[in-house]
Amino acid sequence: MATSSVSKGCFVFKPDFKKRKISVPIEDYFNKGKNESEDSKLRFETYQLIWQQMKSETERLQEELNKNLFDSLIEFLQKSHSGFQKNSRDWGCQIKLREIPTAALVLGVNVTDHDLTFRSLTEVLQNNVTPYVVSLQAKDCPDMKHFLQKLASQLMDCNVDVQSKEKESVQVTQKKIHYSMDSLSTWYMSVTQKTDVKMPRKKRTPPSQWQSPPVVLILKDMESFTTKVLQDFIIISSQHLHEFPLILIFGIATSPVVVHRMLPHAVSSLLCIELFQSLSCKEHLTTVLDKLLLTTQFPFKLSEKVLQVLTNIFLYHDFSIQNFIKGLQLSLLEHFYSQPLSVLCCNLPEAKRRINFLSDNQCENIRRLPSFRRYVEKQASEKQVALLTNERFLKEETQSLLENLHVYHTNYFLVLRCLHQFTSSLPKYPLGRQIRELYCTCLEKNIRDSEEYASALQLLRMLAKDELMAMLQKCFKVFKSSSEKQLGNTAKRIEEFLAQFQSLDAEAKEEEEDTSESQSKGLQKTDLYHLQKSLLEMKELRRASKRQTKFEVLREQLVSFIDSLAREYLLLPETQPLHEVLYFSAAHTLRQHLNAAPRIALHTALNNPYYYLKVSTSHLSFHFISQ
Amino acid sequence: MMSKLESKEDKMLEVQFVGDDDVLNHILDREGGAKIKKERAQLLVNTKKIIKKPEYDLEEDDQEVLKDQNYVEVLGRHVQESLKNGSATDGGNKVYSFQNRKHPEKMAKLASELAKTPRKSVSSNLKSDPEITIDIPQCSKGHSASDKVQLKNNDKSEFLSTAPRGLRKRLIVPRFHSDSESEYSASNSEDDEGVAQECEENTNEVILSEQIQAQNRVVSAPVCKETPSKKMRRDKTSDLVEEYFEAHSSSKVLTSDRTLQKLKRAKLDQQTLHNLLSKVSPSFSAELKQLNQQYEQLFHKWMLQLHLGFNIVLYGLGSKRDLLERFRTTMLQDCIHVVINGFFPGISVKSILNSITEEVLNHMGTFRSVLDQLDWIINKFKEESSLELFLLIHNLDSQMLRGDKSQQIIGQLSSLRNIYLIASIDHLNAPLMWDHAKQSLYNWLWYETTTYSHYTEETSYENSLLVKQSGSLPLSSLTHVLRSLTPNARGIFRLLIKYQLDNQDNPYYIGLSFQDFYQQCREAFLVNSDLTLRAQLTEFRDHKLIRTKKNIW
Repeated sequence: MATSSVSKGCFVFKPDFKKRKISVPIEDYFNKGKNESEDSKLRFETYQLIWQQMKSETERLQEELNKNLFDSLIEFLQKSHSGFQKNSRDWGCQIKLREIPTAALVLGVNVTDHDLTFRSLTEVLQNNVTPYVVSLQAKDCPDMKHFLQKLASQLMDCNVDVQSKEKESVQVTQKKIHYSMDSLSTWYMSVTQKTDVKMPRKKRTPPSQWQSPPVVLILKDMESFTTKVLQDFIIISSQHLHEFPLILIFGIATSPVVVHRMLPHAVSSLLCIELFQSLSCKEHLTTVLDKLLLTTQFPFKLSEKVLQVLTNIFLYHDFSIQNFIKGLQLSLLEHFYSQPLSVLCCNLPEAKRRINFLSDNQCENIRRLPSFRRYVEKQASEKQVALLTNERFLKEETQSLLENLHVYHTNYFLVLRCLHQFTSSLPKYPLGRQIRELYCTCLEKNIRDSEEYASALQLLRMLAKDELMAMLQKCFKVFKSSSEKQLGNTAKRIEEFLAQFQSLDAEAKEEEEDTSESQSKGLQKTDLYHLQKSLLEMKELRRASKRQTKFEVLREQLVSFIDSLAREYLLLPETQPLHEVLYFSAAHTLRQHLNAAPRIALHTALNNPYYYLKVSTSHLSFHFISQ
Repeated sequence: MMSKLESKEDKMLEVQFVGDDDVLNHILDREGGAKIKKERAQLLVNTKKIIKKPEYDLEEDDQEVLKDQNYVEVLGRHVQESLKNGSATDGGNKVYSFQNRKHPEKMAKLASELAKTPRKSVSSNLKSDPEITIDIPQCSKGHSASDKVQLKNNDKSEFLSTAPRGLRKRLIVPRFHSDSESEYSASNSEDDEGVAQECEENTNEVILSEQIQAQNRVVSAPVCKETPSKKMRRDKTSDLVEEYFEAHSSSKVLTSDRTLQKLKRAKLDQQTLHNLLSKVSPSFSAELKQLNQQYEQLFHKWMLQLHLGFNIVLYGLGSKRDLLERFRTTMLQDCIHVVINGFFPGISVKSILNSITEEVLNHMGTFRSVLDQLDWIINKFKEESSLELFLLIHNLDSQMLRGDKSQQIIGQLSSLRNIYLIASIDHLNAPLMWDHAKQSLYNWLWYETTTYSHYTEETSYENSLLVKQSGSLPLSSLTHVLRSLTPNARGIFRLLIKYQLDNQDNPYYIGLSFQDFYQQCREAFLVNSDLTLRAQLTEFRDHKLIRTKKNIW
């Protein structure tokens, strides 16, 4: 069938029903259409496994980070609703009754992540506060009529329980013509009384502890609502507040001032606003990175360039965690798709098992890895020969190398965290405030060569005792928290340092006594010559002691200790043999797919066609074949 | 300016503190003096008295010219460089961008400088062309006086003989402005001739890029219309400022004003254009084929990524329709898929949704609104997880689909787990359609597919700029309708037409009111009641001969 016509623009193609049943499994697409298809099935499975783990981990993180916010929100809702509950005759309460309790939720500009937050918020509220949770978006409510209609239809849906579903839905379709606040409040009365009579709702017990649960209305994007709709709704609903207990939640992307900018004083005075601030997206990113990449839990790692690309997209384009995770997913996919040895990118015991089953081709692939070649060149000649000819020996060696790589990572991250504790609070943050910045610098080049590192150490040499102590304490905790035995020695060293610093206190007192003694000595009566001499002596003594205070000696020791840690453990990943198995480094591919520049492509195509035509003839390693 | 200052200080061999303001005054004074001198010299030339110029004035000029030349040289090199290695990776600074024109005077100066080198090559290239032989005497005639000056100067001072041709040009340009103008137009026509000839010969040779550049520059230079004295005054004050901006201006790409209007060749009709185009054999076909094969290797990857929740958007020069069509025939034979031609002028979101509901989901009901329909589709796809649908959209950024609402709806469709979207975009600014929210709905993976193939199908609904717009089709339909009318009705129409033609130059003309028209028709004995007139007008309206507005009636 042709897909061009002068009379229509949509062409539907439906294959025969029988044919359609045979759907191709996704793995097949993974296998086909490329030159290296070694272990592709296994690779795809590994990809899916790791991705699922990462995804659930990020969801868990998200929940954890939102927990605080949600708890305080729930508290606010319960508190503000209790006033309605009591129905007291108090004058203050009467006044308060005219005000709609409102939570202004400042969520930040990463609008795309908000959906997830609101979804989980709705869930939490429904489980804990009230079954009547409605969330509206500005694009659904161009005017008051639609607003009420959406509100009503969602409210009715909320109420629908399993047994009465059909009846309710019939009602909904009937009633769809028009709604008013009056009808809503009568509906509310009827529903609450009905539940009062019945009281069989054991499924959602918490809400039924009140006889009249509040109605929570979430406006997801408060800024994009039209002012008039919002004003009208607030005025009307404040009139009905005594019979229709409404609580508003505004989702605000910019700043809380926007409420007052949008609503005139007469309207905003009807609201009783409390402000809630969600966690900033940068901190969110830091935790995500911390839990996904700076850990040995997931074998997959990003190279410096890739990490730069992803964080740059995050920081300079959208602030969206969702997008960042998408980038991570893509890099994971690309890694497993393009690197045949990525089959070994799994947890250590499994990888060791898989090594035994590697085919000859895969062994050849290992030998071709640049990092492995470098490693081989360093070995003695007999071993070189063995590595290059004997498959068995190669496999054994690979196993030990992979294990080394694993150990390297455990140590690396521990030392990285330790170093971060020391450098994160230095003035001017020479190595960055966030651990991801430090990580990036460490991945980029040998950190001990960088100027920032030198200046950071310089600053460390000037710190006071209590600051150093605090850092050491944190460091100690880091080491304690990890169960690894590898760096147990280091933890002990840190503990020793701590003890030494503490014991300094006592010694300092003694020293003070010393100095006071010498001072009293200096006050003895002498002639001018002797006085001069003794003064000179004292000066010299002081200078010598200045250089040699116990604290300073200790501090120097500590700094050199940290330096030695960095030297020993913070090596570049490129120096490790077989790093290609775990590290994804095709930053260019990633940038092209995520952050494309159609303008530049057009420009190049028009100005310099040879870029496309000639390059393609000379060699096939075009940009899209990564590595 | 800086170099001058330095050289001066070198001579003095004495360092003393000079305030910024002083330096500025100093420079301005000196500059002013020089200009006045020049002005005088020009006056003298204008009266055709040949007088030896003051030596230092020449020096001054020489220096300036040299400086300009350096600048030009840099400019030329830069353009060439950017041509040589305009790879996709090197930043956006060389990419076409919005640019405001430089000062016209400066442009004229620059253009005259630029004109000198390539002109030689042009003339040598087109030696056989008779036009050029006409052109040359024209030039020499125009500048005969100045040539004399040059000759004299040649005898007397060695500055000019050693100076490059640019200097001579520079001396000429400000003096004979009217002449230079004619010269520009002459060169323009000459270039046009060349191009037209190339078109006619249908040679598919790649013209030397250098030559094109040169021509572009000549054409793009606007003609300076200010009198020299005015220019001088302006220069005095704005020179410094200009120099600053010149030094800091980064964009060296000049916009070409070589438009279709400049073609001497008259517009063709559809058939001849088609014939001419069909004669052109495609160049680089082997390379293009290879390029396409590379893209075809990606098909499996695309399928994989589509299944993993991404959607794919293709961008790059050239029609991507064939590529997508090949993708469709190779990969999608066993799946339900919908091909949507975004370039089709009658396409709308409504029709897309309709084809999904009616043909894919076999639903025969109607919907109250597009949003309802969308909700229904979304629910349907969420319920039946085994249902899978591929959407192929050619030109997602077309006129009809680029609206905010359409994009929102398509985005929501594509965000469904079992709807897979693969689309192509062509507009330079297409990504501006999507804000963050929409981008996250689409979840795009971008693929660059520069194919260099023709947009034949995409542009088939539009009129080519090269084709003559005859308007013969509406005219013929008009005559058909008119022929079937009664004499009275024809009279009514004629009245209306006449009124329209009488008022066609009136910018405030809003139309003829019904009452007035009725009156006129009555006076001409064409109708007897307003009902008949209304019936008649309705008939016209049905045939789209006229348009009516409610508020006037």
